[in-house]
Amino acid sequence: MNNQNNAAERLEILRSRALAHRDSLRGKTVVAVGTATCGRAAGALEVVRTFREEIERLQVEATVIEVGCMGHCYAEPMAFIFKPGFPGICYGYLNEGLASRLVQDFLVEGDPCVEFALAANEVNDLVPTFQDFPRGMVEQKVVMEHCGFIDPENIDHYLAVGGYGALAKSLDMGPGQVIEEVLSSGLRGRGGAGFPTGKKWSICANAAGPTRYIICNGDEGDPGAFMDRTILESNPHLVVEGLAIAAYAVGAAKGYFYVRAEYPLAVERIRKAISQAEEYGILGRSVLGGGLSLELEVFQGSGAFVCGEETALIASMEGEPGLPRHRPPYPSEAGLFGKPTVIDNVKTLSYVPRIIRNGAGEFKNSGTEGSPGTAIFALAGKLVNTGLAEVPMGATLRQIIYDVGSGIAGNGSFKAVQIGGPSGGCLPEETLDTPIDFDSLTRAGAMMGSGGMVVLDQDDCMVEMARFFLDFTQKESCGKCTFCRLGTKQLLGILERITKGQGRPEDIPLLLELAGEIKAGSLCNLGKTAPNPVLSTLKYFRSEYEAHIHEKRCPSLMCKDLIAFYILPEKCERSCDACVGSCPVEAIYSNEDRIKVIDQAKCVKCNSCLVACPPQYRAVVKVSPPDLVAGKGGENDERKS
Amino acid sequence: MILTELEKKEAVEKSRRILSQNGSSKNSLIPVLQKIQASLGYIPPEAMREVAGHLGIPAVEVYGVVTFYNQFRLTPPGKHQVKVCMGTACHMKGGNIIMESWERVLKIKTGETTPDREFSLERVACVGCCTMAPVALINEKVHPRMTPTGVDGLYFSHQLANQQKKEVVSE
Repeated sequence: MNNQNNAAERLEILRSRALAHRDSLRGKTVVAVGTATCGRAAGALEVVRTFREEIERLQVEATVIEVGCMGHCYAEPMAFIFKPGFPGICYGYLNEGLASRLVQDFLVEGDPCVEFALAANEVNDLVPTFQDFPRGMVEQKVVMEHCGFIDPENIDHYLAVGGYGALAKSLDMGPGQVIEEVLSSGLRGRGGAGFPTGKKWSICANAAGPTRYIICNGDEGDPGAFMDRTILESNPHLVVEGLAIAAYAVGAAKGYFYVRAEYPLAVERIRKAISQAEEYGILGRSVLGGGLSLELEVFQGSGAFVCGEETALIASMEGEPGLPRHRPPYPSEAGLFGKPTVIDNVKTLSYVPRIIRNGAGEFKNSGTEGSPGTAIFALAGKLVNTGLAEVPMGATLRQIIYDVGSGIAGNGSFKAVQIGGPSGGCLPEETLDTPIDFDSLTRAGAMMGSGGMVVLDQDDCMVEMARFFLDFTQKESCGKCTFCRLGTKQLLGILERITKGQGRPEDIPLLLELAGEIKAGSLCNLGKTAPNPVLSTLKYFRSEYEAHIHEKRCPSLMCKDLIAFYILPEKCERSCDACVGSCPVEAIYSNEDRIKVIDQAKCVKCNSCLVACPPQYRAVVKVSPPDLVAGKGGENDERKS
Repeated sequence: MILTELEKKEAVEKSRRILSQNGSSKNSLIPVLQKIQASLGYIPPEAMREVAGHLGIPAVEVYGVVTFYNQFRLTPPGKHQVKVCMGTACHMKGGNIIMESWERVLKIKTGETTPDREFSLERVACVGCCTMAPVALINEKVHPRMTPTGVDGLYFSHQLANQQKKEVVSE
């Protein structure tokens, strides 16, 4: 017992030091710029540099810190400015010019430039808060509570918000109690399968032998998903704490972070977090001064999608090609190096500290009976507000797309939402009121997957969508099971034919038959779910397949072989050369009347002219099937003759 | 792509140096290969043989691992590594158009390196910047919301920078 009290005391010392550091910032101006990967891509590092330079030049008393991502990726680069006498105000769509203006006008002269403000962190008379947005009604931040508000590279920031308190409490509770708490919270694995986490832990804890391992699965390979990356980059200590608690609960002395090599910033930040925690005595030989020893290490994945599957992941850590093996035995009985191993997703582990700190009851208060807690989705595609959304389980797709994502961008209309990546499916308008939880989504023909959500509008072709995912799974199939290796290749071949206008009437039944056989004949979930994109698009959008096959026409004007670009002579403004300049292959020329014409033989169908044509003319159109162009006056034929 | 004797020698020396700092257990195979690739930019047959010898496994097993994982490359990369994202969001917003534009501008196919080794072109399966789709990376720098003309622009600015460098040198 002595040891444990010691842990709490030690943490208290660390925390009071961190709080003192934070309080020293009170009353001072702080500029917090989001510099996760999405922010950096939009130019956040340049914004940070401008803030620093301008603050230096104008001799303002202010600190610039780098924080993670709040999930409002559409408005990157973003910064929060905390100035005494004002609420914390968040500015979006920043650039170097705007940053230097904010320093001059706000930091020096005290004008908060509300015209550029996005939201505030507390209720005030100037700017609405994020809670006032429609998304504020739906969102519930549990895992992402501190993302974007603390410096991910500074352990003191995490300690100041109560970090590592749950680890100290766990040491006090004992392993059995910790597992009991997680079990009763009903937490289910957020990697996609939804297996009860507590059950997995207790199987591993009860397995024979003294050596056990724990692995955090950060091999987020689903194209269109970036939740794990954001959490690892924005609050790495939260995941470290979750992993430490899990290790203690199952009795593992060694833990690994398996992170994709494509996420260099996440790897760097997790490494830094581990070494800081070791320095503070939170990890290492003596966890928080007690008798527990825990060593954590980062293992970088090498770009194989199948390694998100747990047995393939283990194979790759053992220096083998990542081939899945038969389960049982499950890794919780015989995993890494044959020892009992728990493998949990980044998000799953991120819930653990809060469950331990506030108890299972609080966690169960949100979400549904079968799927308690929240879900995190990565919103991408044709939405106004792309980014991350954390909502309670049971929220509907409509709420996420229209309230959090603010609906379809441009003048588009909703067509489908693709959920669950290559293993999931496309759901149409009529399923939008489906509540989101593990079981309802599976019933609708999609799956929770890891939580990628790509919204599609009328310009997206569903056959092409299915072809894209098959192309992906076919390339990523490890090759072990024949049906997955060759079956996906055949499926892909048929879909390619259809998108090229060479579809045959018997293709649809053939697709259905082959899909069923791949599902039955594959060992791991990569193969078992590979036909889902085809099956769900066939279920809800069969007419699009039929248009491709029977009419050689792409209704969404997307499949390149089935469309042509055409300039309407009656709409073309003769003196404008916008399209000519935009064409990368010089396929557009002026005819004798100075009307622009596309040379169909040269055109690479890159869409540039359509984008370049000024909105007041809208002279460039897409037509399908492509031979319609010949019927429209045949400018090209004239030129050839 | 044919390697020069100098490149082969460099590959052997650098691999040996990296291997001498690592254990000889088989589970260090992937980390060792990652380090060699970080140092050389690719993994030539010479390096694979060194690794196999050090870990006491057949060279074909090393080759099997190198070719299984997408991250490892067998040929030297260009000085500017262009990677075009082919994730869902980028694809739906025209990632393949961007890829075609690069192929056209660089006059090479996906997976190839230009003969002067200035550029190499690869596809990546989602870099997690879906909200800025379509994206392309040049080395580690992400270029958001690419367009075919944007590709031309990036290529020409590199050409221009190279030309200026040459002029400075010749002066």
